[in-house]
This record gives sequence, structure tokens and C-alpha cells, in this order.
Amino acid sequence: MKYLTGLLLPLMLCGCETVQPWERGILSKDEMQWQPNVMETRLRNQVYASKEASSGGTGAAGGGCGCN
Amino acid sequence: MPFWVQAGGAVVGQKAPAVSLPALSGGEDISLESLRGSVVYLDFWASWCGPCRVSFPILEQLAIEFGPQGFDVLAINVDEVEADAQQFLSDIPVSYLVVRDGEGVSPQAYGIMGMPTGYLIDRQGVVREIHQGFRKSDGEQLRAEIVMLLKE
Repeated sequence: MKYLTGLLLPLMLCGCETVQPWERGILSKDEMQWQPNVMETRLRNQVYASKEASSGGTGAAGGGCGCN
Repeated sequence: MPFWVQAGGAVVGQKAPAVSLPALSGGEDISLESLRGSVVYLDFWASWCGPCRVSFPILEQLAIEFGPQGFDVLAINVDEVEADAQQFLSDIPVSYLVVRDGEGVSPQAYGIMGMPTGYLIDRQGVVREIHQGFRKSDGEQLRAEIVMLLKE
């Protein structure tokens, strides 16, 4: 296993490449974003944070009413 | 910019690396060499680059205004998909020279760090100014630099 890792790791590292500034066309497409729709993500986070009462949402304690 | 990022590239005060690329509209290759004697703004752009969209109308205006005095814009498109570039140009048509480099050879040769990057080249073919990014207000500065270079 050790040998296999030693062999595979350099091979996999070979696959790493810096994306040049002029090669970002496809990366800049909507479907390539972490958050394709900013508004929708905000809304989802708001709902998630307010319903996660036991863990206090994103910091502040919430009551699950969706109003914090 | 850390020094190990790149070796070479275009440097202010030195000759601009040679470029010869096919026109986006088809036809013969256009070379930077063929524009020698004119002040040239060499602009690397892509359809997905927001500031490029800002720069095009401004560059077009400058090209029209200073063209008769010997100023040319040579815009190098670096889109992966040529149709994207065509779409961009049908939205924002320009009269200046637009060539295409889908392989990324020329941006590599110039060592560009961001999009867009523009190189202001004097009548002797020497790089005089490098502009990274583009804001509306950059047009005024560029204009002043062009006027200065045209007087030389």
C-alpha cells in the first residue's frame, strides 16, 4: 500500500495544473459556480439557519420562526 | 507579483514580442509587425471577461478619434469557443482589428496576469505602458498616454 501511494501520488500531482488567466472561460460559466444563484443560496441559508435551532443556526440562537 | 511566477513576458521599455494571428472575421493573418510605425494598443480580451465589455466601446472611440494620426487597436481574442467571441462582437461591434488566439500562445508570450491586459506600444514597437483590467475611468488615462506617444 505504501509503495502504491508512493507511486500514485506523484502521478496524481502531475495532473495538477495552474489555470491561466486566459483559460477561465469555461470556469466562469454559471454551471461551474459553487453558487449558481446568489439569491437562492441566501434564501436557503436563511431558512437553514433559522430552522437549525439546536445548534443555533449560524451563530445566534434561533427559535425556528424564520425571523432571525 | 512574485518573481517566480513567470520568466519572460512583455516588459515596459523593451520590444513587444512578435504576434501574427488570423483575423477573427477570417482572412489573412495580421501581425504586430505590420503595424510598426503606428502607436498600437494590443488588447487581450475574452467574451466572458466583464471589464472587456466596458473597454470595447472606449477603445472603439479612441481608435476612431486617433486612427488618422496613426493609432491602431489590435485586439487578441483568447476565448476557448470562437462562437462566444462572435456573439460578443455582434453585441458590441468594433471597427478595429480583432484577431484570434485560441491556443493561448500569445498571452503566454506576453505573460499576462489577468483579463483584460492591454499593451501600449510606441511607433518603434517598444512596450510603453501595461494596463491590467479596465474601468470606465481608465479611458481618460489611456487617451492621455496615446496623445503623448503620438507626439513622439
